[in-house]
Amino acid sequence: MSAFLTYLLNGLAVGCAIALIASGLVVIHRVTGVVNFAQGTFAVVAGLCTSSLLGMGLPHGLSEVAAVLAGAVAGLLTGLVAIGRRGTSPLSALIVTLGVGVLAYAVEIVLWGDQPRSAPGLAGSVTIAGARIQTQHLLVICVTAATFVLLALFFGRTYLGKALTACASNPYAARVVGIDTRRMGLLAFALGGLLGGLAGVLITPLRPISFDTDVTLIVNGFAAAVFGALTRPVITLAGALLLGVAETMAAGYGYGSHQLEVALGLMIVVMIVQASRRSTIHQETV
Amino acid sequence: MIDVTDLVVSYGTATALDHVTLSVGQGEMVALLGPNGAGKSTLANTLAGLLAPASGTVRVGGRLALIPEGRQLFPDMSVADNLALGGWRSGRRDPSAVYDLLPRLAELSSRRAGVLSGGEQQMVAFGRAMMSRPEALVVDELSLGLAPNVTADLAAHLAELNREHGLTVLLIEQNARLAFELCRRAYVLESGRLVAEGDSAELAEDPRVASAYLGGAIT
Repeated sequence: MSAFLTYLLNGLAVGCAIALIASGLVVIHRVTGVVNFAQGTFAVVAGLCTSSLLGMGLPHGLSEVAAVLAGAVAGLLTGLVAIGRRGTSPLSALIVTLGVGVLAYAVEIVLWGDQPRSAPGLAGSVTIAGARIQTQHLLVICVTAATFVLLALFFGRTYLGKALTACASNPYAARVVGIDTRRMGLLAFALGGLLGGLAGVLITPLRPISFDTDVTLIVNGFAAAVFGALTRPVITLAGALLLGVAETMAAGYGYGSHQLEVALGLMIVVMIVQASRRSTIHQETV
Repeated sequence: MIDVTDLVVSYGTATALDHVTLSVGQGEMVALLGPNGAGKSTLANTLAGLLAPASGTVRVGGRLALIPEGRQLFPDMSVADNLALGGWRSGRRDPSAVYDLLPRLAELSSRRAGVLSGGEQQMVAFGRAMMSRPEALVVDELSLGLAPNVTADLAAHLAELNREHGLTVLLIEQNARLAFELCRRAYVLESGRLVAEGDSAELAEDPRVASAYLGGAIT
């Protein structure tokens, strides 16, 4: 029983990290309509930055904040390339983000080499109801919870957040009232970079990061985001937690080498279910 | 206030507006008539700065707001949020002045815009445009899909703003009866070209205009 609870808590932590990646995807897609396949790259850049900054002797806190900001800058740069030119369609922008991800491999290998890097996080562990959970895992859960609350407040309560939502809701109307939808799109990319960066900084102490870790991250993040139809953050969070727990359980009970397949399988099932629901709705309205 | 000279607007190789010249003086209320696909909304979007002219000039001598065709609200947001976003350009977020003008909006303020009736939505679109404190207003199809009494109510508000606050109005309409009633002067646009212009009363007598837009002579 305690093994099950341990897997569950660790799974929730893994799910939270996935949720942060997925929330970046959702923010960018909601505002710009673009599926950003460079989302995992932001986490990798931030993770590698923390590792280097801590290695250079910078204190904890400062290193992590700087690395998250590096993720935001990477997001902004990706946004500039993907949607900077007026009239770029979301599909073209998607292809550009794939290209950015590949280009990022080259830059990361030049700067950090091709070997995985890690960074020290919070040491020790806590015992909850007989189940042991690493303190770093607990940190991931707390930071993710706080981030989702802040995101909900930002989009629901602030004027800027509402303007961003307006761009997603009706881009033409947003332009009619004078909102610069391109600038808002770039802001969304920067915010997506920040969220990806946060995920990277939090998971680097748990598992070493290398230039190609983005594939695992984006597959998991995309699977969770698809769960929320790339637009609904709360369902995305639920999807991410489910995915995290399913993967950790699979690993815990001896299928460790099949984690990615679990994510891919779940994503395909969700996509098939959603596609069939959509076609049913379509048939009903026709 | 609004001066359009020799304006050409194209979508790729298709020309939507072909050498259009028109003007609306300060405090004037002018109608633009035309069938579907004539280029009316293209002109509205160009005046609002959302489309770039291929050639010709557009001069607007003050703040201009657009009430777009089909209301174009943010359906999942409240009426109050829709209005607040209307003030994005002017920096005014408090809708109380608009509530004074359109008191019904104060009653609807917490309702979701997407669930309102067509007339209420048009009123929100009207209020949202007024949030930017415009000196000129372009109204694209005020009456589209609305019951006659709802249209009359909105038209009365528009006429009052024009008369008492000197708001310059370009009213783009398919409903020629309404347009001629509200505006002293009108233009007729067909296939991207202006085909008639002048005094509303004279245009209403023009057999071509009467048969195309009024279903016979005006009574």
